[in-house]
Amino acid sequence: MIGDLRLEIEERKNELKTERKILMATQKNTNYKLLFTILLALVLSISMYSFASAQGPAPTDDEVNAIAKKLFCPVCENTPLDVCPTEACRQWREQIRQMLIEGKTEDEIIQYFIDTYGARASGDPPNKIASYLIPVTAIFLGTALLLRALQMWKKPKAAESAIPAGEAKQVHQDEYFNKLEDELKKRK
Amino acid sequence: MIANLGLGILLITFIVTVYSAVTAAASNPKGLARLLRSLPSLRAKRFADELEKLETPQRAASMAESARRAMLLTFPLLTLTSLLLIYLLVNDHYEVKFVYEVTSRSMPTYLKVTAWWGGQAGSLLFWSWLMSAFASLVTLRKWDRDREFLPWVIFVSCVTLAFFVGMTAFFENPFRVFYQTETGVEAHFFPPANSIPFTPEDGRGLNPLLRHPGMIIHPPLLYLGFVSYVIPFAFAIAALITGRTDDRWIRLTRRWSLWAWLFLTFGLVLGGRWAYDVLGWGGYWGWDPVEIAAFMPWLTGTAFLHSVMIQEKRGMLKHWNMLLIILTYDLVIFGTFLTRSGVLSSVHAFAQSAIGPLFFVYSAMTLIVSVALVIYRWGELKSETEMNSLLSRESLFLFNNLLFMSILVVCFWGVIYPLTSELFTGSKVTVGPAFYERANGPLFAGLMFLMGIAPLSAWGHSTLKTLGRAMWLPTIAAVLVTVAIFATYTHNVYALIGFFLVAFVILITLYEYWRGSRARMKIHSENILTAFWNLTARDRRRYGGYIVHISMMLMAIGILGIELFQMETQGTLEVGQQQSIGGYDVVYKDIARFTGPDGREVTRATLSIYRGNEYLGDLHPRIDYYWDSQQSMTIPGQRATMKDDLYILLVNWEPASATGATFKIYVNPLVNWLWMGSLLFLIGIIIAAWPDKDPERVAVRAGKRARQASAAD
Repeated sequence: MIGDLRLEIEERKNELKTERKILMATQKNTNYKLLFTILLALVLSISMYSFASAQGPAPTDDEVNAIAKKLFCPVCENTPLDVCPTEACRQWREQIRQMLIEGKTEDEIIQYFIDTYGARASGDPPNKIASYLIPVTAIFLGTALLLRALQMWKKPKAAESAIPAGEAKQVHQDEYFNKLEDELKKRK
Repeated sequence: MIANLGLGILLITFIVTVYSAVTAAASNPKGLARLLRSLPSLRAKRFADELEKLETPQRAASMAESARRAMLLTFPLLTLTSLLLIYLLVNDHYEVKFVYEVTSRSMPTYLKVTAWWGGQAGSLLFWSWLMSAFASLVTLRKWDRDREFLPWVIFVSCVTLAFFVGMTAFFENPFRVFYQTETGVEAHFFPPANSIPFTPEDGRGLNPLLRHPGMIIHPPLLYLGFVSYVIPFAFAIAALITGRTDDRWIRLTRRWSLWAWLFLTFGLVLGGRWAYDVLGWGGYWGWDPVEIAAFMPWLTGTAFLHSVMIQEKRGMLKHWNMLLIILTYDLVIFGTFLTRSGVLSSVHAFAQSAIGPLFFVYSAMTLIVSVALVIYRWGELKSETEMNSLLSRESLFLFNNLLFMSILVVCFWGVIYPLTSELFTGSKVTVGPAFYERANGPLFAGLMFLMGIAPLSAWGHSTLKTLGRAMWLPTIAAVLVTVAIFATYTHNVYALIGFFLVAFVILITLYEYWRGSRARMKIHSENILTAFWNLTARDRRRYGGYIVHISMMLMAIGILGIELFQMETQGTLEVGQQQSIGGYDVVYKDIARFTGPDGREVTRATLSIYRGNEYLGDLHPRIDYYWDSQQSMTIPGQRATMKDDLYILLVNWEPASATGATFKIYVNPLVNWLWMGSLLFLIGIIIAAWPDKDPERVAVRAGKRARQASAAD
């Protein structure tokens, strides 16, 4: 039964538990982070002295988002990665940042996401031919059909048209007005 | 108790709708017999003979009347069902599964009412309720001249209604109640053996995204649009079955399709506004399949709106109009199916959902049967006149239809491509906005161009010369406008093409108004305002339509602005730090966390906005966290002007590092023109759709008066 409430409540309890764990972990993490940052700073400053820094400045959020914009959240449906609010997506954005720090190019990062999470991670369907050719063909067929139909309609070229010949040629203001009046009268 | 009552009434409603549909069809044995005879089966023909013997005028009339009354009965029945559901929602009856899923104790009462359409089961009931309201309205009109349509209109409405009510009653019933059994808590209609009723303490609460004023009005408007398209469809089918294939069905439903279009368009715009205010990604439209599901019937509906005029004026395109309204109806069903069956998340979710396959079968069946009817009447739907010129208005309208259909093809393909890919190759793909923008961009440009020239062309015949004379002045003005934009605003080629077309359409339309008004001024010696007023009043459909065209162009300005010139930046600011974007300086002042009235936890930042040294005010982006549904919402701080919107999102804020907060800041140029345009749209469409005095009734009344006068003599 889908609506198994007890199960659901159990699930929610578990969810809460894991959440608490994550919370605690992140708190622990922040402690570690601090330690880690100090260490990293030390290492970095030493390495700075030893080698002239090989890497550029840390990537900005904008640089990360520019790439994330071209990717789709591998979990949520149809949500671009740069705007997805979930924790998972935050981590994926962090991963992009890391890869940028490592010196990966945009194409490499996008390819990495496609390889890891499947074609749906990219907003461009992999099979360009199928994705564009079919609608374009359909539109061309439609156009051809319409033009053909127009030709067929024109062919009989019956001289007696429902519209009097004069009506087609109003150019001057007053004739224009006459036509307008005519059309308005026809409605009455 | 109440839940059982609701269930009972829902079942009765289902029976009544089925009765009404069957009686309506049976009241017209001749029509049925004719249809049966066309089948290649001897038994069908014999049955048809029997049927024809049955027909007597009294019998037919009384059966039709019975069907009509049954149909009228569905409205109070569904109203009662809905009221019972609302009673359950408002009074925290969490023993009912639907109530548990969409409400919680902390929600204000008005939200508990709107939770009616916040969940699957409730929204299907809401759909049915609207459908029965519209069907009842239609049967209330005077039927003197169109009596033979009546049973078939009832038939089509009731088949549709029966489908939705049946879906609600048997598959997505909002009146299921929780019971504690040996194996766990389950939802049932009736208590299973060895079970006791179970009532949860509190509900899960409505999805916070749906707790927004935009989301309260947006679904009803969209549904109104969807449902009102059933009525023109019903008349079209009635015309096909009865063989009255002239344009009577179009004239009768003209206003219905206009109102349907109004609701659908405004529902779409409001959905965009809701996304802009609530979804927190700086935009209003993301080419999401759910959006496209509602956009597709709009496309065919808009094409229909234009092509029926050709049939009314020139007696052409009868097949095409039938096919268009059938397509619109089935896209409405298909759209509801797309959003309700879970097929979008995965083909497999679709297979698991109970209603998905049913929706699919229903839309396929109605499509096949309707198209078969059109083919059956093919010969009688021949055009009365011929196309004379490629530049005549009817031929331009045809190209307009072609473009709308092309956009439909692109959208339809974009929606089903991931499904077919998953089905055939097993790999899931995403069709992102880039696909739709690339494919639809030129098509939209083509539509705008047509919107410019079509109003100038004449019915029947136009030449390049006549068109050119009417066009050259506004065209030169539009070129000048474009040059001015090039010099002052942008060098982007796409933008320039877009702005040129916008200027082209608006100027030509205004020029048309001016030419008409000036002609009236000369002849009737009216002043400009009276002339303008009388012109519009004389042909509200045409001039209301022109206003709609202008409003679409204003919306296009907004779309061009945000699509081509949106700027964004993201950064972590400490209190007192500033970030600059698009001429604005944004200074982070402070952040506060407090508990909102309905139990949500609000984290609200304050930022001061400056342009140069000028202080423009404070903005308050915030994150609302809802404990009951464990979801959060990112509400932007917005400062809107006609030039651009400053739109700030609070992306991230960690209490541990209270000094810094991350903001995403967008500058959305011109987007306000989109909302302004939609208001003008409302005015235009109301001018076009406002009911005329019914000419038939006016004539009858005049006749009565004359008779009374003669009797008095």
